[in-house]
Amino acid sequence: MQRRVYLDNNATTPVLPEVLEAMWPYFGERFGNASSIHHHGQETRAAVERARESVASMLGCRASEIVFTSGGTEADNLAIFGLACSGRANAGDHVITSTIEHHAVLKACKHLVAQRAEVTYIPVDGRGLVDPADVKRAIRPNTKLITIMLANNETGVLQSVAEIGKIAAEADIYFHTDAVQAAGKIAIHVNKIGCNLLTISGHKIHGPQGVGALYVRKGTQLEPMLYGGSHERSRRAGTENVAGIVGLGKAAELAQAGFEHGDNQEMAIARDRLERELLNIEATGLNGADLNGELTPRVPNTTNIYFDGIEGEALVIALDLKGLAVSTGAACSSGAIEPSHVLTAMGLRHDRAKASIRFSLGKQNTPEDVDFALGLIPETVAHLRDLSPVWPNKVLSG
Amino acid sequence: MPPAETIAVAMSGGVDSSTVAAMLRAEGRTVIGLTMQLWNQRRLAGHEGMPESVQGRCCSIDDVYDARRVAETLGVPYYVVNHEERFERDVVRPFVEEYLAGRTPIPCSLCNNHLKFDQLLIVAQQIGADKIATGHYAQVAFDEERNRWLLKRPADKSKDQTYFLFGLTQEQLSRTLFPLGSMTKPEVRELARKHNLVIAEKPDSQEICFVPGGDYKRFLEAYLTEQGNAPTEVGGEMVTTDGKVIGEHAGVHNFTVGQRKGLGVATGSPLYVIQIKNDTRQVVVGKDEELYSRTLRAHRVNLISTAELREPMRVTVKIRHKHQPAPATIEPAGPEEVHVTFDEPQRALTPGQAAVFYDGDIVVGGGWIENSE
Repeated sequence: MQRRVYLDNNATTPVLPEVLEAMWPYFGERFGNASSIHHHGQETRAAVERARESVASMLGCRASEIVFTSGGTEADNLAIFGLACSGRANAGDHVITSTIEHHAVLKACKHLVAQRAEVTYIPVDGRGLVDPADVKRAIRPNTKLITIMLANNETGVLQSVAEIGKIAAEADIYFHTDAVQAAGKIAIHVNKIGCNLLTISGHKIHGPQGVGALYVRKGTQLEPMLYGGSHERSRRAGTENVAGIVGLGKAAELAQAGFEHGDNQEMAIARDRLERELLNIEATGLNGADLNGELTPRVPNTTNIYFDGIEGEALVIALDLKGLAVSTGAACSSGAIEPSHVLTAMGLRHDRAKASIRFSLGKQNTPEDVDFALGLIPETVAHLRDLSPVWPNKVLSG
Repeated sequence: MPPAETIAVAMSGGVDSSTVAAMLRAEGRTVIGLTMQLWNQRRLAGHEGMPESVQGRCCSIDDVYDARRVAETLGVPYYVVNHEERFERDVVRPFVEEYLAGRTPIPCSLCNNHLKFDQLLIVAQQIGADKIATGHYAQVAFDEERNRWLLKRPADKSKDQTYFLFGLTQEQLSRTLFPLGSMTKPEVRELARKHNLVIAEKPDSQEICFVPGGDYKRFLEAYLTEQGNAPTEVGGEMVTTDGKVIGEHAGVHNFTVGQRKGLGVATGSPLYVIQIKNDTRQVVVGKDEELYSRTLRAHRVNLISTAELREPMRVTVKIRHKHQPAPATIEPAGPEEVHVTFDEPQRALTPGQAAVFYDGDIVVGGGWIENSE
């Protein structure tokens, strides 16, 4: 069997054994509909509410402020459409977001524009940072929502959300942050951020795919997108995905316990070693640092590096064939790779954006996994450069 | 035993390339499936005159889905690589520009030269493949005596695609396999069925992959509009071969040499496009017999079976994909230029098309038709 090492944990993470174990009963003997009156329903209702408490505890909010969804995309969409075009006057409403958001936010905003709302996209600097002062300047009398992500999925760079939260509060505007890539990697406290809405996803924190949650601060007016039963306090109709919610709850619990055990520090050590060694390869550089190489605050698991003279796409394939899973940009519907809108927004040269690779670690990764990656990448990069029509300094490989 | 060669198969999701993957897999080679994403079919959808959505075309999600299913059935690794930028630069733009210059382009040859046997071959080698294999109907073989790689017509002459492959270099040919070269189409389908490939009954594609419905005029207009330079002042005069102006036309890109329909002029006898004059934007029309000429000049010539052409050579020449190769003599006429003299006058020598030279089944080389003389 070929050894396989997975360093693409920002795409998805493996479900931890404890999470799977917690979910099992809800695929079998505990099958009740959580809305039912009888024993079976009570059993699953209790499980859903325990999970809600675990998620609330991870985010520092009340359980009643958590709405379970089918994932991060639905939570982002619910935040944006639930607020900005909730059947009230949406034509003429104004929304502020950034150029480096996930497509779940960007495409939702694009749809708002189609519905005659106005959207301002705040640019980022070379480090991938939104300047809160730009957000403040963009505010108009008709601004209904500010949505700026917490951690970027491609670079791991953390935005100054607390400052933006303060600006939003002062202007009395709702603030949503997509925290899908931050949850489980750094401690999150909704009050410190000062957001009204915050998105997380199960499968990015070693929980299952197909479940996520939206934190909705008490008193926030939110129209549902799905109509039906009165599930999730009438904010999200549909019978609960009980097993998924239980898995998300368990994953949240483990993430929180992990912070207490210093899991994230260990991860940062492994990430930093990988990054340091890779940057020793000639003509490489870090995406998300300033010009002097000064690091921007980042989540501890992600690094994004360019290897001049290669096509990132070819490197990803070559490494996959050797057993190492990494990624570049976001896969489009065909599976081909589109140039990253995040790196482009950071002002990266087009060829450099296409020569960039994202490495993202998870709880399951070991120092040996980093060794494996470091054993493969330098020779593979050299091979690709040897065959590249645009790489001038070819090294004659023996 | 040395380790088996690793072959990257260019998979389009169609029956031919899928069968190639199955054949190579059955031979015990290490196979990697690659699909090139070349054009976003949604890009011009909804532009004036263009279909809202296009299905079942090259590079559509459905084709990628089919290719992926085949790769999965065969148990081979499979990847989609994005070459949209290069495709637009090297195929789509030249295609548009050629039409606007009054010529009739062949995008498939450009795609073979610049994408399939260039970009894809580079990616294939970068990811560890020694060669690439495609579903083209053609044969490639090394000839010891000439010390050259030869390109030959396939066993199934009705499927011959060598006309689109004349631009391949020795380096490219040395790294290419055409496993269908000795097979007929029905045999290929039969093999696809035998391997339980989901695409065994999928219809053949005929048209230009990025032009939905085959309406290139609408495509040109939609593309130019998208690029913000819709053609203005491309119209001109319609003249007869003796110089008489008989009408106006809306743009040279609407015409191709030999065209009879859609000229917009009515006369007693049938009229055909004889020539398109790019400099004056005149479309010259005349009688059928005026379409015939005996000579042409081919430029940007690529030679395959021989390193150079020093003296006149007897060959047969194909001037369009569906043309029966006609006996002719070719002789050097400058760097990468060849002068062709047919034994019998040929109908509608069309600038922008290729003239491909054959010695029996062997492709001697080919070039782009510049003008008939």
